[in-house]
Amino acid sequence: MVGIVGYGAYVPRPRIDTLTIASAWGRSVDARLPVREKSVPSADEDTVTMAIEAARGALARSRVAPSSIRAVWVGTESKPYAVKPSSTIVAEAIGAVPWVSAADLEFACKAGSEAMQVACAYVGSGMASHALAIGMDAAQSKPGDHLEFTAAAGGAAFLFGPAGDGLAHVEASCSYVTDTPDFFRRQHMHYPEHGHRFTGEPSYFAHSLRASRGLLESLGRRPSDYRWAVFHQPNPKFTRKVATELGFTEAQIAPGTVVDHIGNTYSGASLLGLAAILDVARADDRIFFCSYGSGAGSDAFSFVATSRLEAVRAEAPAVSDYLKRRHPIEDYGAYLRVSRAIRML
Amino acid sequence: MELPRYHRLRGPYYRLEGRACPGCSRRFVPPRSVCPTCKSGGLRPFAFCGRATLYSWSHVLQPARGFASMAPYTVGMVRLEEGPLVSAQLADADGVELAVGMPLEMVTRKIRDADEHGYIVYGYKFRPLLMATRPRP
Amino acid sequence: MRDVSVIGVGQTPVGEHWDRSLRDLAVEAIAEARRDAGVDRVDALYVGNMLSGELAGQENVATLVADAAGLLPKEALKIEAACASGGAVLRAAYLAVACGAHDYVLAVGVEKMTDVLTDGVTAALALAADADYEAAHGITFAALNAILMRRYMHEHRASHEDFAPFSINAHRNAALNPCAMYRQPITLEDFIRSPIVADPINILDSAGISDGAAALLVCPASEARRARRPPVRITGSACATDTLGLAERTDPLVWQAVADSARLACGQAKLKPKDIDLFELHDAFTIVSVLSLEACGFADRGSALKLAAEGRIALEGDIPICTLGGLKGRGHPVGASGTYQLVETALQLRGEAGPAQVKGASIGMAQSVGGSGSVAITHILQV
Repeated sequence: MVGIVGYGAYVPRPRIDTLTIASAWGRSVDARLPVREKSVPSADEDTVTMAIEAARGALARSRVAPSSIRAVWVGTESKPYAVKPSSTIVAEAIGAVPWVSAADLEFACKAGSEAMQVACAYVGSGMASHALAIGMDAAQSKPGDHLEFTAAAGGAAFLFGPAGDGLAHVEASCSYVTDTPDFFRRQHMHYPEHGHRFTGEPSYFAHSLRASRGLLESLGRRPSDYRWAVFHQPNPKFTRKVATELGFTEAQIAPGTVVDHIGNTYSGASLLGLAAILDVARADDRIFFCSYGSGAGSDAFSFVATSRLEAVRAEAPAVSDYLKRRHPIEDYGAYLRVSRAIRML
Repeated sequence: MELPRYHRLRGPYYRLEGRACPGCSRRFVPPRSVCPTCKSGGLRPFAFCGRATLYSWSHVLQPARGFASMAPYTVGMVRLEEGPLVSAQLADADGVELAVGMPLEMVTRKIRDADEHGYIVYGYKFRPLLMATRPRP
Repeated sequence: MRDVSVIGVGQTPVGEHWDRSLRDLAVEAIAEARRDAGVDRVDALYVGNMLSGELAGQENVATLVADAAGLLPKEALKIEAACASGGAVLRAAYLAVACGAHDYVLAVGVEKMTDVLTDGVTAALALAADADYEAAHGITFAALNAILMRRYMHEHRASHEDFAPFSINAHRNAALNPCAMYRQPITLEDFIRSPIVADPINILDSAGISDGAAALLVCPASEARRARRPPVRITGSACATDTLGLAERTDPLVWQAVADSARLACGQAKLKPKDIDLFELHDAFTIVSVLSLEACGFADRGSALKLAAEGRIALEGDIPICTLGGLKGRGHPVGASGTYQLVETALQLRGEAGPAQVKGASIGMAQSVGGSGSVAITHILQV
């Protein structure tokens, strides 16, 4: 049996009001603003630095020696280097080197849950006593694209280990994957392309629903058996629609729906939601989790919180601490600058 | 790109790893080989906890070469909980009213990312304490 | 050890010499020093320079200057101690003559800074800081001094405005020096409105980038009467060091190397600070003037601002500083600044400082500081 023995989150401090973005494109009147504001990395932050802080939070809650970590996986679609692992930098920074497996995983927005599955498998198979899975993104969106209103920054880290030490047990997990080209970014492109309405029904919804139903059926459970649930959250509407179709209520998903506050953190989104749920869950609460990554696929998990959770919660900042910590970016020019969208040639 | 140079510095830069003197128990970062107080050799690796207080600071308006993308940025000297003063950048300091003595904590950030073709240097910076009541590790 | 005297001095105007190279500037200062002494003999040439490799793409610079000045095949060496290179080069010449290795030694300080753009100069100057633990973090020299200044203001309840008298004094004196770069007097209002470099340090707290060369010819005191001009004796010469990293000191506001070098030089000359008639200090930033005055014993800790506010640092005060403009007013061609300070001190003691003359000056102290107080070289000159 495998458990989550530590978790940590990260959301950067800067925020931009989505109205500021809309005004810059002359769309302040007609734009549909999915969220009020979104998180943006500071000039000195990237996926690596954010992953390091989340990993340190996970270590602080686990009280595990960094040297006992046998694997560090970073799931992201915003690697600072196209070639050169982010995970080695994270592993070095937290003191997990050198006897450690490390790699960056990519599967659009589900790279983080993919890392969680691999970490589970490493611990479950006995290949590792502890394995760290991180989902983190400094999400990319083309200036002027509709994605710009939501593409945000943040994510979370989960340290997997023996279930006996767990803050939550892993009951089961499954993946549902097809080749569905709803969203992509080629090697030398700065920003992803997406298939507009194609990203909805045949992509996000089809995969999230099937993976979720598959896991529920295999466990013989219904949504009402769960206290909490979290789904991938590209915007407030999609995540609620998928929850409703499956039969989950607003009360079940509310604490994990971080998108409402900071936007879509891509590979970090469902993991950040899970971290926010662990911030409020009580012993024996059952938690349903389902990610989605374009391309496309979903990873579903079923967790049960343990009594250890409340004892270690205060050892690292809660997701809400990061949400409360905010510093507004005043104008669109400053936003473009900090996002490095202005390129000096 | 000076790759070997920064690689050599990863202990202190990424983890705030310094040295401790076995003779007089003074702690150092940057790491030293000989203790200037008691002249002992054989200093051992020592990991600082990262908690500090602000000694003094400056907002840099004329940035150093390679730092234009981060300007204006804030630098300072911080007093580590274990004793030594360290010069470093302050993170998340814009819009914060800084004060001598305010509590800070170490974070690992990009120290330098001059252009899209270059090597990214990561290292310690200090930011205002995120959780005032955060228990010690 | 033999007594040593300065028998000739020479300097180029400090400024932006767009049409002149490092070698042109050095040759002019050398020629003037030799003409001033009226002595032909030169046994060795020492070149004080900080950044020729970085800014002029030229090392082996002592040979270059010896060749250009027509001094081949004499011994020629570069002496580098960051911004204290100018003080260091006179110390090298002093030691060579004092120990009897040479009799007539030329010490020239030269820096050509305007061949590269400002960010290149800033980057080059940062080479004197700790490369891995200061400069690599984007901490410029101005920023290091700004950190000190803010801490000083905190500990002594001072305001930024309180530092203005140092800058005002430097500009007032520079106006009286034909070789100075910034010859316009400034007001308190100018100081307050000056653009910030690294807060609280503004442009008028900081010595500017400039080109220049200054030279001194030294020989045994016993032979100094051969010279055309009145000789000036070097009665104290001392160098002291401190940690390269500013943060690694027990108290960064105590500039121990500055204190030690001044104490050693005064001890050698058998003098106390109160005996000094003028003090050419290293005012690269106003805070450096403050910390230097306190470290050298001219003011108690925390009271140097009061000294300046009371006008005691002016030409007619009891401890005149930067009498011909200092680094701030004359300009700060880094590796040459120390030799300018020494040339100016010699001119004051010879009574040749013109309208900037300190009346009755017979004992002068010149102090060059490198890094953030990490190396200090103090000389005492007497007539």
